[in-house]
Amino acid sequence: MAHDIYAGTSETSEGRVFTVSGQDWDQIAAGLADDPDSERAERVVVNMGPQHPSTHGVLRLILELEGETVTEARCGIGYLHTGIEKNMEYRSWVQGVTFCTRMDYLAPLFNEATYVLGVERLLDIEDEIPEKAQVMRVLLLELNRISSHLVAIATGGMEIGALTVMTMGFRERELVLDLFELITGLRMNHAFIRPGGVAQDLPVGALEEIRSFIALMKKRLPEYAALCNANPIFKARLEGVGHLDLEGCLALGITGPVLRSTGYPWDLRKTEPVCGYEDYEFDVQTWDTADAYGRFRIRLNEMWESLRIVEQAADRLAGLEGAPVMVADKKIAWPSQLAIGSDGMGNSLDHIRHIMGESMEALIHHFKLVTEGFRVPAGQAYVPLEGPRGELGAHVVSDGGTRPARVHFRDPSFANLQATSVMSEGGMVADIIVAIASLDPVMGGVDR
Amino acid sequence: MSDPESTPEKTAGPGQPAVEQSPENLPAPPGEVHQVGERHGMFGASGTPDTSGYGGLRQAVTLPAPARRPYGGWHDEVADALEERLRAGGVENAVESVVLHRGEITFHVRREDLLAVVRVLRDDPALRFELLSGVSGVHYPGDTARELHAVYHLLSMTHNRRIRLEVAVPDADPHLPSVVAVYPTADWHERETYDMFGLVFDGHPGLARILMPDDWPGHPQRKDYPLGGIPVEYKGGSVPPPDQRRSYN
Repeated sequence: MAHDIYAGTSETSEGRVFTVSGQDWDQIAAGLADDPDSERAERVVVNMGPQHPSTHGVLRLILELEGETVTEARCGIGYLHTGIEKNMEYRSWVQGVTFCTRMDYLAPLFNEATYVLGVERLLDIEDEIPEKAQVMRVLLLELNRISSHLVAIATGGMEIGALTVMTMGFRERELVLDLFELITGLRMNHAFIRPGGVAQDLPVGALEEIRSFIALMKKRLPEYAALCNANPIFKARLEGVGHLDLEGCLALGITGPVLRSTGYPWDLRKTEPVCGYEDYEFDVQTWDTADAYGRFRIRLNEMWESLRIVEQAADRLAGLEGAPVMVADKKIAWPSQLAIGSDGMGNSLDHIRHIMGESMEALIHHFKLVTEGFRVPAGQAYVPLEGPRGELGAHVVSDGGTRPARVHFRDPSFANLQATSVMSEGGMVADIIVAIASLDPVMGGVDR
Repeated sequence: MSDPESTPEKTAGPGQPAVEQSPENLPAPPGEVHQVGERHGMFGASGTPDTSGYGGLRQAVTLPAPARRPYGGWHDEVADALEERLRAGGVENAVESVVLHRGEITFHVRREDLLAVVRVLRDDPALRFELLSGVSGVHYPGDTARELHAVYHLLSMTHNRRIRLEVAVPDADPHLPSVVAVYPTADWHERETYDMFGLVFDGHPGLARILMPDDWPGHPQRKDYPLGGIPVEYKGGSVPPPDQRRSYN
């Protein structure tokens, strides 16, 4: 083998350290064999990540191996900590949406929704949110669930070498992101769901786009089933891997598809419906194998259920043309309006004319609400949502000011990642990748 | 935000019932609501001569007052069952107060009884709070001798109920028992709360920092920890970092 300047060994007080660069297992095995301490020769500690293509983001795994069997697995997290919760304490309640949407970057609308629902509960305006805003929230959340599950399946496939699954998943996700771009203006980090409603009304032509998306997805989703469901290689890699039963899930606080793969139909959309989820017809998907394959099938089936909800929401929106999307209370509703101009979307010229030329009071109102913001009565609220990965909730605390006193996000990826050890210890090192992919952690949400 | 000591108004606006006729509007008895801070002025400006006339304003920051029985709905069942089982186990007065706000119930628990309380909450058939959603810290610098709060969100899947536990400890002695033995999921949540607030969970199997580097000084989510940041300069102008901008309190 050619000499690799980055690979090599060095002696430390902890033992011999190997820097591996791939395809050099023979060197490590030979190096271990001539270790004078026989006990140490049996045991290899591998540091995997935080930059590794198979660890689902900047996740660091510290693995203790005996041959190819994992005897101990630990996670190192925090590489993506950006202090979003702290930053939110220095911005107004509305600005907070712009920050929290960046946490779990595959489910930005869920982050926004759970925070906004907490703020609305503290404001005591939960019953005053217009129907159209609620339907648009459900529509966006379910589209987001589809795009998130597509990435879960795509990256999970990529990590076991099934690259076609990856290209297919990202191909369909792009369709959802196009819809997001049409409706919210952005593919990610939308800041679209705001306290009191949503930022903008549905644009012209959006319903037709959604309908053609549904029709296309109904053709595309069966392709995943045809490619994977009975694929012997796929099943051999996933079946029986990452086993975690119901008791384990509850003890470790695991929710979402992992909990449902034990056969327990726990879905917050059914048990604690918000945004009018109780008015939609859909089924909770479960599987009974408690393994990675079951979680894959649940995600696939949940995309069908989400499509059903999107379809129902689109039908409702067709009958709500011109209805308000923001709460009627002018002390909370965002005063600024946007409009499409010749150079893209920007401030509505009608609104500018109104505040600058017609009404001094409107200008004062705009200025006060945009710079100072509204006050939220003191107290705390926690309104969890069924996110794509499980229970996502924001613990919103107000001291009566114009900025949050504290916002803490209970991110499902953070809680679920604790199952890494119990899912992978005693198994093969290659199965860790499958087990973690079946948890589908998003490090932006874990580290916040 | 009204001063808790002031006398209530006799009548409200036209068409509304008098304040004392509405149970929601009744002021809490003296001693039950305590101040956790004070707001000065109106626009948050400081260090400049006050020309607005509002600079002398003083407003008490108070949190929602404790509720009195009956709490309504299933809240009474949970409170009764908890009290009864705790008494059977020889634990008295573990719950300092119960706050019912916007339909969410919060039990303020003494730290020495926290473990007994969570064990009863998880195991008792009438309670069955199987899932601990998370642990979150809150720092109230003005809440003297109770500056640091740990907040636990519990979910009973059997009964589909959610409750919140809150434990307050002084900044000078930030110790409280770890609940990892009862809810293993609390492991990382408690580590994060320790990392961010400096709350020490006694009995935790490995209370190390989790999000910040191991050698990081201080606990970033505390109110006395600065946000940090540098001024942004653009075309000769300069925008101060967020925690130094003029703000509204």
